[in-house]
Amino acid sequence: MIRAGTIAWFAQHETRLAWRDWSWLLSGGRRRHGAAVVLGLIAFVLLMHGLAYLTLARLPALASPPDKRVLMIIGGTLALYWSLMLSQAMEAVTRVFYARGDLDLILSSPALAERLFAVRINAMAVTVAAMALMLAAPVINILACLGGVHWLAAYGVVAALAMVAAAISVAVTVLLFRMIGPKRTRLVAQIIAAVIGASFAIGVQIVAILSLGTVSRIALLQSDAVVDQAPNIDSILWLPAYAATGDYLAVTIILALGVMALVIAIRFCAPRFADLALAAAGAFDSPPRISRNKSRFRPTSTPQVLRHKEWTLLRRDPWLISQTLLQLFYLLPPFFLLWRTFYGDRSGAALVVPVLIMAAGQLAGGLAWLAISGEDAPDLIASAPITPSRIWGAKVETVLAAIGFVFGPFAVGLAVIDPSLGLVTALGVIAAAAAAAMIQFWFRAQVKRSLFRRRHVSSRIATFAEALSSITWAGTGALAIVNLWLAVVPGAIGLVILAGAWLVSPRRS
Amino acid sequence: MSLSSDSSLFALEMRGLYKRCDRPAVDGLDLRVRAGEFYTLLGPNGAGKTTTLRMATGLLKPDRGSVSVFGIDMLADPVAAKQVMAWLSDEPMIYDRLTPLEYLYFVAGLWGVNRDAAETRARDLVTLLGLAPQAQQRCEGLSKGMRQKVALAGALVHEPRLVVLDEPFTGLDAASARVVKNVLRDRVRSGCSVIMTTHILDVAERMADRIGVMAEGRLIAEGTLEELRRQAGAGNATLEDTFLALVETERSPGSIAA
Repeated sequence: MIRAGTIAWFAQHETRLAWRDWSWLLSGGRRRHGAAVVLGLIAFVLLMHGLAYLTLARLPALASPPDKRVLMIIGGTLALYWSLMLSQAMEAVTRVFYARGDLDLILSSPALAERLFAVRINAMAVTVAAMALMLAAPVINILACLGGVHWLAAYGVVAALAMVAAAISVAVTVLLFRMIGPKRTRLVAQIIAAVIGASFAIGVQIVAILSLGTVSRIALLQSDAVVDQAPNIDSILWLPAYAATGDYLAVTIILALGVMALVIAIRFCAPRFADLALAAAGAFDSPPRISRNKSRFRPTSTPQVLRHKEWTLLRRDPWLISQTLLQLFYLLPPFFLLWRTFYGDRSGAALVVPVLIMAAGQLAGGLAWLAISGEDAPDLIASAPITPSRIWGAKVETVLAAIGFVFGPFAVGLAVIDPSLGLVTALGVIAAAAAAAMIQFWFRAQVKRSLFRRRHVSSRIATFAEALSSITWAGTGALAIVNLWLAVVPGAIGLVILAGAWLVSPRRS
Repeated sequence: MSLSSDSSLFALEMRGLYKRCDRPAVDGLDLRVRAGEFYTLLGPNGAGKTTTLRMATGLLKPDRGSVSVFGIDMLADPVAAKQVMAWLSDEPMIYDRLTPLEYLYFVAGLWGVNRDAAETRARDLVTLLGLAPQAQQRCEGLSKGMRQKVALAGALVHEPRLVVLDEPFTGLDAASARVVKNVLRDRVRSGCSVIMTTHILDVAERMADRIGVMAEGRLIAEGTLEELRRQAGAGNATLEDTFLALVETERSPGSIAA
């Protein structure tokens, strides 16, 4: 029996909560899907290993000991993973501070809160490592099968990187608390998390586009200019890359550094967490914000009122804006490709079209969820003397107007290069956005806007249908540029996906 | 007490209302609220009060039965029925990132109130409910009581003929509760009809023209406080004692539903 209030007791408590949260995420909150979840997991693991095998089996054997080019690929991949881990850890720390959950209970109890926070910082590192391994483990396993067991040392590198990411994110968040206060820390930390997560992947891609005219990150990492500029193979900076290839001394050093970073973070930050969490709780008790726009809402027509409301709520929620704009981050590479094409080789512009269509579908899905499912006063709207069709119509119009605002300039830019590209982009964007909005409408639920991040959990079918739909419309756009008749096939598949989503949607049954 | 069968005399008329969730939540309910009347619906937890009110406002479709608001069939013409009524739940239906005034303009817009009237009414209500200092502050920082008052202002800004309230006094301090009671009384005096659920029996006793008592989805007693006392055989008992006696009688084996 573990004594209450000890670190082990808190660890047991946290493990139980994490397990239940994870089960809920996988099952979508439904109890009777245990077997389906297990089968789904097995299928996912097999699929990921299959994909890793197909990718790695075709590659030539990596040089052993690794040369500079191999180190560039491994080091670049590790840097990409670490930026994502850091992003995830930053985001997790804000949840520890701000999601009240059981904090009020624990902080009001005589138990030592620093023990809980020590456990939670550790749990963060474990979660970050587990999430990274979901994608990395199949690659590591296949590398071990094809190239030797020494590749299994990469597991240690992932663990060490996760510990360092957790330690840095805790330190940065505590520093932000001290510098800008609890109220701003939440938003700033989440924006930093979003930017870190996207910046490395997108930054490398933009450099690749501007310097080589390609979207391939590997091509950039393997280019002579970059390889020449990279540190020598005996540099300490390659330590993580050497560790990943199975250099046991390097693995030991990396793991020791990771453990040390985590221990220091826990030692110095955990005792302060209780004060910070209490400060975070009081952050929203400060005087409310005064609205400067006194004439923002002026009743005109009902649809206009609804559209105004959606725009105002979105504009005034910085967190939602950051989450939504994050999706737009991924438009930067096509923008630079378009820009480069406009001033140089025009054949590359066609590559932009499917990316834009895909992004439009994804952004429309997020916005449609906010407008349709993320209604904070559903009873008010439902009790108003307006037909449901007018309500939904106004909400969908809001979404499509936002999509037009974001993607319109891209379509115009492409039309200047080639009118047919502009037309295909415009039609593809409209189709993808309309399809995503329809799917969200059919699978609508009543939830708080603040659950935006977890919207994918409420309906897996809607999530898959939305993603598949965006992909097929992107494919339709890509083929339409080459040959209009070829585009009929993915276009028809897109319609079939839409019809399928409608058939299985809960609103129909 | 006899009631005319002319539907237009009733602000709200529900006949044979039935709604099943896990069990029958509302079971063959007949309930009428007269025009200009303050009607309070009482009942133990799970009696079906909120389900009844949600069906009255068109937020929930009954499995059987009919609902009409001033003679307008809620099921056949929900838009027209909703036009003359307002709904206020115990959980304020407001937007954190709008100010109270913006919220009121928004609600007025939903009910198609013209711009000038909306502006005048919104400012009057804000003053009346003591919300003027917070009128330009976003609702996210308002206390529960303030939020409830904002929601009440929203329910009144389009000047409904029938106001449906579900536990409107939950979380209100004494001063706020008094303001809300006064506002509701004034509305009733000026001809508005109110149907309200509450667990605060003192409020029901002081404010209601008639009181309905629900248990297990059915209306087991209805009338003025005097009439309820007679039904319960409770002499000069308080409403609390009368209510408990009525519910207890309903729960006892072999009881006959009212």
